[in-house]
Amino acid sequence: MAINMNLTLKVWRQKNTKSEGQLVSYPVSDISPDMSFLEMFDVLNNQLINKGEEPIAFDHDCREGICGSCSMFINGQPHGPKKGVTTCQLHMRSFKNNDTIVVEPFRAAAFPVIKDLTVDRSAFDRIISKGGFISINTGNAKDANNIPIPKLDADMAFEAAACIGCGACVATCKNSSAMLFVSAKISQFALLPQGQVERKSRAKNMVAQMDEEGFGNCSNTGACEIECPKEISLENIARMNREFFIGNIK
Amino acid sequence: MSSTSTNFLQSSLGKKLVMGVTGIFLISFLVVHATLNSFIFFNDGGVLFNEGAEFMSHNPVIRIMEIVLFIGIIIHIVQALILTIQNNKARPIKYAINNGGSNSKWYSRSMGLLGTLLLLFLIIHLKHFWVVSRFTNEITSGEETLFGEMKEVFESPLLVIVYVLGVISLGYHLLHGFQSAFQTLGLNHPKYTPIIKAFGFWFSIIISVVFASMPISIYLGWIK
Repeated sequence: MAINMNLTLKVWRQKNTKSEGQLVSYPVSDISPDMSFLEMFDVLNNQLINKGEEPIAFDHDCREGICGSCSMFINGQPHGPKKGVTTCQLHMRSFKNNDTIVVEPFRAAAFPVIKDLTVDRSAFDRIISKGGFISINTGNAKDANNIPIPKLDADMAFEAAACIGCGACVATCKNSSAMLFVSAKISQFALLPQGQVERKSRAKNMVAQMDEEGFGNCSNTGACEIECPKEISLENIARMNREFFIGNIK
Repeated sequence: MSSTSTNFLQSSLGKKLVMGVTGIFLISFLVVHATLNSFIFFNDGGVLFNEGAEFMSHNPVIRIMEIVLFIGIIIHIVQALILTIQNNKARPIKYAINNGGSNSKWYSRSMGLLGTLLLLFLIIHLKHFWVVSRFTNEITSGEETLFGEMKEVFESPLLVIVYVLGVISLGYHLLHGFQSAFQTLGLNHPKYTPIIKAFGFWFSIIISVVFASMPISIYLGWIK
């Protein structure tokens, strides 16, 4: 059995959106390597509560890597050092005894900090409301199966739809660009027949909202694709570019 | 759905397209520039090179393209400045620790820095050759040739180093820029993207080596 670990955490503490924040050091001991990163935070928060201190606010919901709530920037990477996992699915065995771990909130002007490690990602919801939907009745599962869709298209649409909207792409991008997220949401519809009705205006409207929210501009560093817990491909951004250009020509 | 979208060229994707298109245009200029300059390697005392230079300075199409080229450079620079300012605003509070090396290449993240170095180099470079050939009568009067000017400039070891550093900046700028431009144009395909990337890689290396070899070989006296 692996030995339990002692760690030093440097965690961003910020009272509210308006106040200034700072990194605060906390020692944690006897951490099982089988704990998830969030479980380790539960242990730390219990310590803080027992001492009468304010626990650290952080977002979490499903804790199985599908809700997109957890949003920690760990040692300079969103969701930590492991590829293809969210913070809740990151285990303490990815760290070594006596490590110092720096935990910051996702940083972007469009993601204002609410408190400590929680950020407001409702900018994503507003982008979705501009076109991340289909307005026709698609019927039941049986009806969907009656529409012939090439396997490759279905697979690509599914891979794009795997985006959980966590915002890791924005957090890691040197320009705080949301293009991987927006392109995944555009692609999942652009690839399927059900998405054709709004196709011409979808990319135009969603990109316009993305710009209005104050996200930065993509410079194709490819960092988002590497850090995405769902490994959404850069191909989607190229597809969004095509959809946007075509939408503007028509 | 209502069409509330902003002006195409003011949108993030429109600006990105402008960067890509001007970038590809500037790359096409590099091919012409490198090819004509390679005439010095015929080692014929600069006869062929001077003939090429003479043709370029008198052909009306080239004269017009020179203006288009400068417009292209200016748009590329101004657009880059606007984008950089916007991108800085998009993250007002920086990370205490940001492990960019774990997910992207340093030169991809440093296009602004590499571009600034290139601009500084370009100013020096234009002063050496373009200003001399276009705004003084040294060459038109026949007392000096462009080839002679080249040999004169590259007598200085300092300038040879400046040119080599400028070319290295160009190489890294291209290493990201070439493949990036295709992604921007929407050309990303599992079959063709690896070919574009490989071509861009070798293009960047070859262009840089060809350009760097000119000041070096003149300095070392290999070109008579």
